[in-house]
Amino acid sequence: MFDFTSSFWGIFILVTTVLSIVAMFVLVGIFKGGKKVTSDRDEDTTGHIWDEDLKELNNPLPGWWLNLFYITLVFGVIYLILYPGLGSFKGVKKWTQVNQYEDEVKAASEKYDPLYEQFVNQDIAALADNPEAVKIGQRLYSAYCTTCHGSDAGGARGFPNLRDDDWLWGGDPNAIKTTIMNGRQGAMPAWKEMIEDEEIDQVTEYVISLGGRAHDSAMAQKGKNIFSQYCAVCHGVEGKGTPMMGAPNLTDDIWLYGGSKASIVETINGGRSGRMPPHKEFLGEARVHLLATYIYSLSKD
Amino acid sequence: MTADTAAPAQTYNYKVVRQFAIMTIVWGVVGMTVGVFIAAQLVWPALNLDIPWLTFSRLRPLHTNAVIFAFGGSALFATSYYVVQRTCHARLYSDGLAAFTFWGWQVIILSAAITLPLGITTSKEYAELEWPIDVLIAVVWVVYAIVFFGTIMRRKIAHIYVANWFYAAFILTIAVLHIFNSLALPVSFLKSYSAYAGVQDAMVQWWYGHNAVGFFLTAGFLGMMYYFIPKQANRPVYSYRLSIVHFWALSFTYIWAGPHHLHYTALPEWTQSLGMVMSLILLAPSWGGMINGIMTLSGAWHKLRTDPVLRLMIVAVSFYGMSTFEGPMMSIKTVNALSHYTDWTIGHVHSGALGWVAFISLGAMYFLVPRLFGREIYSLKLIEYHFWISTVGIVLYITSMWVAGIMQGLMWRAVNDDGTLTYNFVETVEAMHPFYFIRFLGGLLFLLGTLIMAYNLWKTIAGAKPVEARIPAPAMAH
Repeated sequence: MFDFTSSFWGIFILVTTVLSIVAMFVLVGIFKGGKKVTSDRDEDTTGHIWDEDLKELNNPLPGWWLNLFYITLVFGVIYLILYPGLGSFKGVKKWTQVNQYEDEVKAASEKYDPLYEQFVNQDIAALADNPEAVKIGQRLYSAYCTTCHGSDAGGARGFPNLRDDDWLWGGDPNAIKTTIMNGRQGAMPAWKEMIEDEEIDQVTEYVISLGGRAHDSAMAQKGKNIFSQYCAVCHGVEGKGTPMMGAPNLTDDIWLYGGSKASIVETINGGRSGRMPPHKEFLGEARVHLLATYIYSLSKD
Repeated sequence: MTADTAAPAQTYNYKVVRQFAIMTIVWGVVGMTVGVFIAAQLVWPALNLDIPWLTFSRLRPLHTNAVIFAFGGSALFATSYYVVQRTCHARLYSDGLAAFTFWGWQVIILSAAITLPLGITTSKEYAELEWPIDVLIAVVWVVYAIVFFGTIMRRKIAHIYVANWFYAAFILTIAVLHIFNSLALPVSFLKSYSAYAGVQDAMVQWWYGHNAVGFFLTAGFLGMMYYFIPKQANRPVYSYRLSIVHFWALSFTYIWAGPHHLHYTALPEWTQSLGMVMSLILLAPSWGGMINGIMTLSGAWHKLRTDPVLRLMIVAVSFYGMSTFEGPMMSIKTVNALSHYTDWTIGHVHSGALGWVAFISLGAMYFLVPRLFGREIYSLKLIEYHFWISTVGIVLYITSMWVAGIMQGLMWRAVNDDGTLTYNFVETVEAMHPFYFIRFLGGLLFLLGTLIMAYNLWKTIAGAKPVEARIPAPAMAH
């Protein structure tokens, strides 16, 4: 990365740096030498007196300190010959941080990829009984998934629980793997502008009734019509959801964004936009395969 | 020395020094208390009490601004005004402008104390204050420079004392750093956007940030050291030529060191390398100051046993030496790959901030307050308590952060034999919990020491009449 706007800057940096280091040698060269003084007799001081009694001796620069200075200067010179630093001079070693990163990734791939490739063509349902595969999957989960889904895979508000055998996008091994590979984008639209407030309250009562909870049956009855008009397209006529669209089942009393009346009203009014990021590029299929194995194994417990 | 009838021109302006000295203690206690509180929040997160302006994210900048600019800044104003007058044998250039810097600085601190908890911030580290406050800082700073350099111009001794070189470098450089880092486009009275974008913004930020350390927290306090240690020890400065070499090498080299905060980022590699090389070269110039401070005691070592103020100052210089060794080591890319983003950095900063900056300032206050109020210090015994309690506090703080930080860095990079990470993030946080508690304890002890000092100085000052010191004729050089 040498993003200079003109070749002038490369030369400017080279010259400034070299002159600076030379200047440091010169500075030390001018002031080294002198005689060691330990007394504070006036004739041993520089002769200046400030504020009645402030005086200065003029001891030589300590030898060990001078050597320390020289060592760091010489180290600096060698470093700037080996590594990029002097403007557009790339250094004898031609090192870059991108090269270093790519080398490390390559070394890691050579070391670890064979381990993962032995699993990638095996059936996930069968792998879920292989303790080694599940253990690696769990470690991957621990590193990449816990931030959202929790260390115990119990989920959090807006982030699905992965242990309850309730699946937004389907819970068979391939669906799980597809979810991790490509990510998912949930899209509950906002209805505030389209449905009257009163009707949103009614449809909310109906949704509550679907889970078998206490509700206002008169309102829920009216809400049912609104539901079939607007909601059934995605959530199904019976409200059991459509995994292909990621539309949740509303009858199981499991709530991604909270099941209180206020939360449901908020969801309908403002919509929701849950996003599971894709991991195909980031982790590669072989690792995702084991990750899916671990997630699948959770739902079998 | 006291002469109520002397004309102002024949006395030193101690009033502004007294004002800044008192506010040094006040802001020190405030800033450290906020620090201890947020350290406690890291141990017991519920302590943010679900109140937005009590959250760590808003109180942390309040803590850093309060200890660096309110506490450290007041100490620098107080001592520089005192030292420049005493070593030039001249009254401050202008009493009115000096008073303006005092009240201006206090208004800036109060504005910070209000805006930061409200979440009004530029989000630039150590430069969080929004543009109207930045403008006021620039104005106060220029006036400060006029007062300081105006006084230098009036000096009765041709040779400028070394402490004043360091104060001068600090004042000039901070003006340049503050103005260029703060360049921004205001979009409303309390919101602005930086003039720089992307990696340039990061580089300007750390050019500023690291030189806030180099010039605000180092050069200015070296100025303090060069006056108060020889005075307290009653010994001549060890080496004039060492002071010349390390002054120029330090001032010159520090300004290059900022990129070491941006290792392995989008910053071009040549910039990272130069930052690292110059940070390493900075080791010897930094230690030059330590040597000159400590060796000034040669022939008077016994005073350390009986004089707790001198001990405070010498321990400060020792911590300075330690953190200026640690800093260059941490700037080496290989070390930085482990230490960066960990709590090791927090420990490093506090060995400098508590051990060096706070100790040398508090030592200077123990020297100044009796002279400004014409009283003996109330209790030497309490200074002993302050010294030991605060020193134990620093040791607990930095050792716990070393352990926590290095452990954190090692846990982040640990991998299993299948190439997966051994620890997830939460496990590293959990592992650090006990060390966060030790850090909280260390901070609490340091604060306790400072409170003992505040009480001691309060008892010293209570009922005292301010001193008007006559300007003595310069001593004749032999």
